[in-house]
Amino acid sequence: MSSIAISGFKTRTIATDRSDSLRPLALAAPLLLLLAFSFGAPIVALLSRAVYEPTIANALPRTVAALRVDSARGVPGEPVFGAFAADLKEAQAAGAIYEFAKTLNTRLPGARSQVLRVARLAGQDRGVTKEAIIKAAPLLGEDQSWSAIRTGTNRFTSFFLLSAFDLRWTDQGTIGAVPAHQAVFTRVFGRTFLIATLVTLATLALAFPLAYVMTNVRPVIAGIVLVLVLLPFWTSILVRTAAWTVILQKYGLLNDLLLWLGVTSERLELMYSRTGLIIAMTHIQLPFTLLPIYSVMRAVQTSQLRAAQSLGARPFTVFRRVYLPQVMPGVLAGCLLTFILCLGYYITPVLIGGASDQLISNFIANYVNVELNWEMAAALSFVLLVSTLGLYVTMTRYLGLDLFKMG
Amino acid sequence: MISTGQSSSLREALAEGALSSTGEQGAVAGRKTGTAATSKPAAGRENAKQTDAKFVEFIDVEKMYGHFQAVRRLNLSIGRGEFLTFLGPSGSGKTTTLNMLAGFERPSQGVITLDGKSVDRLPPYDRNIGMVFQNYALFPHMSVADNVAFPLSVRKVPKAEIGPRVTRALEMVRLERFRDRKPTQLSGGQQQRVALARALVFQPALVLMDEPLGALDKKLREHMQIELKQIHEMLGVTIVYVTHDQSEALTMSDRVAIFENGAIVQIGTPDALYNEPATAFVASFIGENNALDGIVERVEGDQCLVTLPTGLKTTAMAIGDLCPGAPVQLAVRPERIASAGGDHSDNRFQATVDGRIYHGDHQRLLARLPSGQVLTVKISPDATMAAGEAIDLGWRTADCRAFPAGVAPDGNTANTGSVS
Repeated sequence: MSSIAISGFKTRTIATDRSDSLRPLALAAPLLLLLAFSFGAPIVALLSRAVYEPTIANALPRTVAALRVDSARGVPGEPVFGAFAADLKEAQAAGAIYEFAKTLNTRLPGARSQVLRVARLAGQDRGVTKEAIIKAAPLLGEDQSWSAIRTGTNRFTSFFLLSAFDLRWTDQGTIGAVPAHQAVFTRVFGRTFLIATLVTLATLALAFPLAYVMTNVRPVIAGIVLVLVLLPFWTSILVRTAAWTVILQKYGLLNDLLLWLGVTSERLELMYSRTGLIIAMTHIQLPFTLLPIYSVMRAVQTSQLRAAQSLGARPFTVFRRVYLPQVMPGVLAGCLLTFILCLGYYITPVLIGGASDQLISNFIANYVNVELNWEMAAALSFVLLVSTLGLYVTMTRYLGLDLFKMG
Repeated sequence: MISTGQSSSLREALAEGALSSTGEQGAVAGRKTGTAATSKPAAGRENAKQTDAKFVEFIDVEKMYGHFQAVRRLNLSIGRGEFLTFLGPSGSGKTTTLNMLAGFERPSQGVITLDGKSVDRLPPYDRNIGMVFQNYALFPHMSVADNVAFPLSVRKVPKAEIGPRVTRALEMVRLERFRDRKPTQLSGGQQQRVALARALVFQPALVLMDEPLGALDKKLREHMQIELKQIHEMLGVTIVYVTHDQSEALTMSDRVAIFENGAIVQIGTPDALYNEPATAFVASFIGENNALDGIVERVEGDQCLVTLPTGLKTTAMAIGDLCPGAPVQLAVRPERIASAGGDHSDNRFQATVDGRIYHGDHQRLLARLPSGQVLTVKISPDATMAAGEAIDLGWRTADCRAFPAGVAPDGNTANTGSVS
């Protein structure tokens, strides 16, 4: 009797345990669903465009089939040209010809107008020969154009990702550098990382002493300093950037001040220059670097520093062996936060930076908004995302740092 | 509390030269007979003898914080090898005094000497004083062994020497097997033992302890008190200990200095403080006391006759200058009141039992005098007395002390007990 009761009790306990562990998850379900639909899915969908590009393959079903029986290299024979003309005619009828021409143009610069000309030719239903097509579209008489078309007919493509690194598949089927005049992205990525590094170092140089002072003054003064640091933080980044325009421009406040003080004899070009960009970004990023450092510095007990001194450590040794190791997580967290945020700067480089100070985000925005080349935008975003995540994982894994724990 | 096994392990640690490199077995004995007790090399001992009684000296030391006088005209000598406790309520200046000795605060006035030399211009890291803090102050990013090795490594002690010395220091506090743990993985008592090992490993002649057991629970605190006392006796190191817990002070100290409002009001051995408190404050702060207000009627030599408000009279020891008509505060220890008419009682009173509190090894009787005052009386655990019963109380003249009234900071502390 009693054993039955006990076993029944046990079963109930286990059942309760299981539903207990599921219940919090169920409570969070609406949030998780929202995140999946509004955050996860769009990112995956957008990023997938970097490697999945079916436009060319969809537009050229006959050409793809004809190419399969043709030689693998160089300008193909008459049947392929015939199939190509038929595909274009159908694409024009279906209204898909412009998108196809634009897509092909990204791989084969200058191909857009020539392809449209061939399509018109094919639409007139006169016997279109290889010779006539090449006459209308001289690009199609070149070997490298066809290798571009051949790779383009593959729905899954590494073209955009390679482009993001200024690389391409060569005619020999190996990976090589794009021509120098087309290479832009490695330089832009390099510039983005360089500016992010400079801004991070600048904020660190300002934030570390400031945080130290804040932990060692009376709480009232620390509170006032904190408000002063945070005040700009509560205004829009656009407003702050515009304010820097007022300060930095040629006839702006800073130049007036420098001239008045006699520091410089002529007005400096601070706007539309890298110096101005770094000044503005440093100002905007300062709280992000400062707050994690301040929070760890506040946690270091004065008695530990006193203990270290009483144990015989000189001030510099106390700083190096007791203080610095304890505030290092905050320093790294602050720097990592600022560095990652700097990688994604968009509006400030647009408004304050010069033409040669545009960061990777500006290029991504340009591809999305102006060029309508979402594949390239996706590829650049993908590289940016992966390098950022890689940086974060490296920092957390090897330096034992956890941004989520830092709060 | 401490088993003999633990105690012998301490002895072994010392025999191996746990902390005194010259293996001074005589140091312990020496300290007890009041001669040399030092962990310094023998060469300095002749010279050291002269400064033994004044190993540490405060001369007219004052400390001001703005207009607030934290320490006033402090004069104090600490003997080599002594265990001296600063006891007082919070804000009485004891920690400030300790911090001035450690070098974290500078006196506004006066001189502090250590081993005969002024430490006025000596920064804390050059004073060679070990310090233990209430919150342990262990370095959280270092292992236990690294914490203990810290004072040695900053002194550029050779690596080969550091290892064994750290091991011996950890053996002394019985934490050898925790050497690779981080401080946060240890209990409070273990952490404080690590802090102790760290403060002793570099063989300082003087160790300061700022309420080191304050964060521990009662049982662990009592255990650590005995352990600390043993380590002190083993090493012969001079210890200055700060606490607000009077029982802790009485348990461990050679001498106790009672602080009140930035000044030392009395300094002496624990039994002297307990039996012969110099002020009403000391009487109320150390141990439990029955406090009664009265007026002096007559003074005869060192004794006086005091009238209680209701007309009851008692003889008492006159402390300080008393003259007839002066208000006084009487202090009688609960265990000095004889119930049921002791033979030696010079003063006798009728009282009624208000209640009885059983404590196991003794009982406390709450006895109401006809005047309405309630006295606490310590009686045998076997006595049976019911509430409402009439009893005789009495005390000897020598056990009742009359202090000038108005000195006690706390007017309402009848039956003042421990402040802890």
